[in-house]
Amino acid sequence: MGEIRLMMGNEAIAEAAIRAGCDGYFGYPITPQSEVLEYLMAEKPYERTGMVVLQAESEVASINMLYGGGAAGKRVMTTSSSPGISLMQEGISYMAGAEIPCLIANVVRGGPGLGTIQPSQSDYFQATKGGGHGDYYLFVLAPSSVQEMSDFVKLGFEMAFKYRNPVMILSDGVIGQVMEKVELFDPIPRRTEEEIIKECPWATTGKTPNRERNIITSLDLDPIRQEKHVMHLKEKYEKMKEDAMWENIKTDDAEYLIVAYGSSARIGQKTVDLARAEGIKVGLYRPITLYPFPDKELERLSKQVKGILSVEMSLGQLVEDVRLAVHDRVPVEHYGRVGGSIHTPFQVLNALKEKIVNKY
Amino acid sequence: MDVKFESWKDIIKDENIVFKKTKVLTDNVLSYCPGCGHGVAHRLIAETIEEMGIQDQTIGIAPVGCSVLAYEFFDIDMQQAAHGRATALATAIKRLYPNKFVFTYQGDGDLAAIGGNETMHACNRGENIVVIFINNGIYGMTGGQMAPTTLDGMVTATSPYGRDPQMMGHPLHITELVAMLPGTYYVTRQSVHKPANVRKAKKAIKEAFQCQIDRKGFSIVEVLSTCPTNWGMTPIDALKWLNDNLIPYYPIGNFRRPGEDK
Repeated sequence: MGEIRLMMGNEAIAEAAIRAGCDGYFGYPITPQSEVLEYLMAEKPYERTGMVVLQAESEVASINMLYGGGAAGKRVMTTSSSPGISLMQEGISYMAGAEIPCLIANVVRGGPGLGTIQPSQSDYFQATKGGGHGDYYLFVLAPSSVQEMSDFVKLGFEMAFKYRNPVMILSDGVIGQVMEKVELFDPIPRRTEEEIIKECPWATTGKTPNRERNIITSLDLDPIRQEKHVMHLKEKYEKMKEDAMWENIKTDDAEYLIVAYGSSARIGQKTVDLARAEGIKVGLYRPITLYPFPDKELERLSKQVKGILSVEMSLGQLVEDVRLAVHDRVPVEHYGRVGGSIHTPFQVLNALKEKIVNKY
Repeated sequence: MDVKFESWKDIIKDENIVFKKTKVLTDNVLSYCPGCGHGVAHRLIAETIEEMGIQDQTIGIAPVGCSVLAYEFFDIDMQQAAHGRATALATAIKRLYPNKFVFTYQGDGDLAAIGGNETMHACNRGENIVVIFINNGIYGMTGGQMAPTTLDGMVTATSPYGRDPQMMGHPLHITELVAMLPGTYYVTRQSVHKPANVRKAKKAIKEAFQCQIDRKGFSIVEVLSTCPTNWGMTPIDALKWLNDNLIPYYPIGNFRRPGEDK
């Protein structure tokens, strides 16, 4: 059993980075995730593992530092919150195009614009539909506990290198700021240069005489070759579906279903208990990967329920993927507070009754 | 005259060769226009890398601009950065691989306009990297638009009546500016418009790489260069124009150099 600590979600991400053998963290302060950089600066991982920590001059710079380091085969990561993640989109698109592994955590706050510093889930579209320009997807993990904030750093690096693709942890201000018990995984050593060269033969580690030069670029001016490249990316995104993850909570006998991820899934779990106490058989379906969206299991569940409530702190973004997955087989409605306000389990229960149970 | 290819074999012999291309340049045909200074600057960097014996330890960063395809011409590992972000990439690579050698190759639009912030902060942190900054006072790749370095009164596609500083701002002395930052170690401006200047530019590039080997900090070599196509001149006229117009505004010399007082 690993070491157990009481930690904030943001601290758990930072500690997990050190333990996951991360080589470099590059970040810029923004509420509600500044604790990640603060924790790392205080913890001095450069003494513990040799990990580089740098406060960049902007989110634009930090994501491009990831581009440089990731292209050289290193395990690199950054964290930010919504407005900062918007600034990073250019760099993320370049990395997706050039197939560079990296880990990005978005501790989402309410928007649009400078919005608020309170939690929200309104960056779902940005995270799961590309975000920057061009045809690409990120591998997106949605933690709903401090435990998963830690675990998904390790998993995130695995997926980033497995698919040579940027991975995003889509968290929110609740999970970033809340303190919970977390069991930390045992430290993984940082890879040596020899291991990096072996694992990442494509990386710019220096052209040794035994190989051709490695070029990292997202540019190919020949449309036929560029089309071939984008089709290669498509195959990769299709293959990612094999790693789709989800969790079923009390779905076996469910007549109604709540679909929610992240902090809304935690709230939804309480709603399930409240509803069941009133005799309404509700289950919770929690997508853990948001891209690839775990649609097959949701499609299966849709055959047993009378209606689905998609719950998200947004105007309704997740709900579009839910509707696509269930093919209009059952009614699907959205509920969620916005702008940094958080719904209570009772508000979700009322919405479930009004929009679904009383109607269908 | 009927010259068979084989006949050259009698002429090109080891003992006859007085000059050859460095092996750090690939055989790819340069994508630059006739009379452009990029080709010379590329050769100087490649020769430096060969002479210092660091080909297998050097990682280069190409910018966005005419030299976006620089990675096609250097036989080393290279990355192509987003517009203006080359020094951010270089920062991370050098910090993650302190024993390797990292340089960026950037034009004036890339380094001084869109990448101004990354440039300033990489300088200020004293990142131990080499920046080769090609200044021809114009955006080449997009077709001759005004750059931050475009001279007062200079006609470009976006200053068709000449650059008016009241309306469009002043030509930016970015090299003088970064020389003021304590993080920079070697800051110099050179040119490639005359053979003597080419030799001096080569010396400066070599000194910059030596500074990185000696872990001294940030080095930047600005190289004044020609753009005959977008200046609307013949290559020869462009060399003269550089001499008569760019150099008076952007004087050649060191702005910060090891052992020299500022």
